[in-house]
Amino acid sequence: MASGNTNADDAYVRFEKVQKSYDGEILVVKDLNLNIAKGEFVTMLGPSGSGKTTCLMMLAGFEPATNGEIYIGDRSINHIPPHKRGIGMVFQNYALFPHMSIGENLSFPLEVRKMNKADSEKAVKRALDMVQMGDFINRRPAQLSGGQQQRIALARALVFEPELVLMDEPLGALDKQLRERMQYEIKHIHENLGVTVVYVTHDQSEALTMSDRIAVFNDGVIQQLSSAENLYEQPQNAFVAQFIGENNELNGVVEKIKRNTCTVRLADGTKVKAEKVNVDNVGDKTLLSLRPERVEIDPPEKMDAHLDGKIEELIYLGDHIRVRINVAGNDEFIAKVRNRGDKRELNEGQSINIGWAATDCKALDA
Amino acid sequence: MTDSTNVTDNGSSSLASKAVDERLVTSDGVPLKQKLAITTRRLRWRAFVLTIPLVLFLIFSFVVPIGQMLFRSVHNTAGTDVAPNFAAAIQKWDGEGLPSEEVFALFAEDIQASHKRREIGKTPGKLGTRVNYEFPGSLSLIKSSARKFKKIKEGPYKEAILALDKRWSNPVLWRTLKRVTRDYTPSFYFAALDMKYDADENLVAADDIYQIYVSNFWKTLRLSAIITFLCFLLAFPVAYLLSTLPLATSNLLMILVLLPFWTSLLVRTTAWIAILQSKGIINNILVFIGIISDENRVQLIYNQTGTIIAMVHILLPFMILPLYSVMKTIPPSYMRAARSMGATPFTAFRRVYFPQTLPGIAAGTLLVFILAIGYYITPALVGGADGVLISNLIANHIQKTLNWSLGAALGTILLVTVMVLYWLYNKLVGIDKLSFG
Repeated sequence: MASGNTNADDAYVRFEKVQKSYDGEILVVKDLNLNIAKGEFVTMLGPSGSGKTTCLMMLAGFEPATNGEIYIGDRSINHIPPHKRGIGMVFQNYALFPHMSIGENLSFPLEVRKMNKADSEKAVKRALDMVQMGDFINRRPAQLSGGQQQRIALARALVFEPELVLMDEPLGALDKQLRERMQYEIKHIHENLGVTVVYVTHDQSEALTMSDRIAVFNDGVIQQLSSAENLYEQPQNAFVAQFIGENNELNGVVEKIKRNTCTVRLADGTKVKAEKVNVDNVGDKTLLSLRPERVEIDPPEKMDAHLDGKIEELIYLGDHIRVRINVAGNDEFIAKVRNRGDKRELNEGQSINIGWAATDCKALDA
Repeated sequence: MTDSTNVTDNGSSSLASKAVDERLVTSDGVPLKQKLAITTRRLRWRAFVLTIPLVLFLIFSFVVPIGQMLFRSVHNTAGTDVAPNFAAAIQKWDGEGLPSEEVFALFAEDIQASHKRREIGKTPGKLGTRVNYEFPGSLSLIKSSARKFKKIKEGPYKEAILALDKRWSNPVLWRTLKRVTRDYTPSFYFAALDMKYDADENLVAADDIYQIYVSNFWKTLRLSAIITFLCFLLAFPVAYLLSTLPLATSNLLMILVLLPFWTSLLVRTTAWIAILQSKGIINNILVFIGIISDENRVQLIYNQTGTIIAMVHILLPFMILPLYSVMKTIPPSYMRAARSMGATPFTAFRRVYFPQTLPGIAAGTLLVFILAIGYYITPALVGGADGVLISNLIANHIQKTLNWSLGAALGTILLVTVMVLYWLYNKLVGIDKLSFG
């Protein structure tokens, strides 16, 4: 985990040995150490109940940390109430005040900061223009569509120019198309303003699209903190491999370890080469992780792995064909075959030979 | 559908095929609106039929009794029931001096006839009671005269009647008789507003000791407002707590809130008597602690204090429930959003949370106020003389004095007052904004 962490000296937001328990029996956040640099876009990604939202709430000040310290800049904020933290926040349900107009919603944070009226109006206009909602200043939140409300919520979180903005699954309620457009917009706003963003989501494509770094949460622990590419290409453990992207799994036992590669004996006795990630000893159980697009059908002789399988199912998806193959006792093994238009002879029930490069096959903890 | 519409429909459908007609038609050529009306008619009828039992129930239990009450407050036939001929004749009298011999004769005849018939509701006493409302002392006069009228065998009746009792020579009595023998009269409303007719038939304020109703109306409004405000003060934090606690805990507390509904109102009110009376629990504790001495026990019941305490307790759930149901729908993220934007907890509450509870506050206050203004049992039991409300006076007239017309007039004024307040409320708050939960 430490591999992807920013140096503590450069950190703007710093979680130090943070733990959180609601009931005194279960730790929902276990020993969290996370450094976020100024201007960075960091996403906390994980399944529900993994502790990511709790971390965000502790940072915002709505939940006290049970143990450990949270710093913004050099200041420990454990005992600073939320309204003095100066953090912008976007909520999942937008939390636009229904009894106020859009303009009043946006001027609220300026008003409580006692900004004068002229400056406040200018700032509100600027923020609304930033999200292309300038014409809606007199509307009520209920008169806006979900996407428009989302933009307003974003503008409201940014209007008082906070240096840190937290977003708690802000796009969760939008439909797919709108969500994708908003992802780009949020990304561009982040790039233009240079604010630090901590973003919480359970949607991996959202995380991969926007983030500088992603912290994959599970079971109250950051499983891996890394760039999108690293998470996909170099998963550090079985959870990350499964959670990020599509993944084939093969169970086996480590036979031989040779520097960074190891030989693994699969359930049916076949031996394959794989990259050693977190297996330590010969005889350990391991889970081989392999991306479907890295599987070759009818591989050339020099490939590192050669297995025999039987095609169970073919699904035509336009740009590629999903081939479900029964390999080494696993009938959920998926290979993605690019549609090159060469009309390859693939039929259900057909016996085929598959293979892959050893560097694409990760030997992870079982 | 009639033939004529069919003809036009066919015409329009041929036009529609050329895309000339502006009206939308179905593929069969029927205008779309007409077709829609046909298809939804059955649904609307079914919905209406389902409400018929309730409509009937409301008519018989609500509209008819209220209509009767309104009617009875201006309609009183005591005069024409007892002395029909006299009632008709005296209306022609100009009110100067005493009525003519003819009127006296009819009076003697009618009263004698009534006295002999002994028909329930049509005895001379009935007329006497009615006259007595506006001319005190006349009940005994009419009753005693009725017994003596049989001695008068022949005219002139006027002299004979005046000889029976010198009170009959008072023109004011005859003017009152003229007034009360009309079937339709506004006089019960004047009585309900503490007014009376003086000797010259002018409306004046009633004597001080009879000034009871207007001041009681004001007292009822004032106490209802106090009760409503106290309910709001007590209910708001409770509703807030209920809406923020975990469901298991809040459900348990909600049972405690609803518990009073499962106990008899009488039992609850009687419990307050046990608690509040001068030898009751609260006074005993205060004396025991030494805050007050044994001689100076606090009078907490049989006055306005008692009415307020007991009624706040009884009406509290009606404030808590609408508030709770509204607060339950306010997600905590609003307050959090406000806090994250730099608002102190108090500002966030005042500017963001509180305005969103207004529909609940409006509903709760309206509910409690209207219930309080017509409340009867509790003030009757714990109100003593000072803590009774207008409904207790109405009950007194319906059950004890049997002056139903006055009771009806008071009830009508109460109804109109409530409706005016409701209208005002609608103007100020907007009924569509209420949320009863």
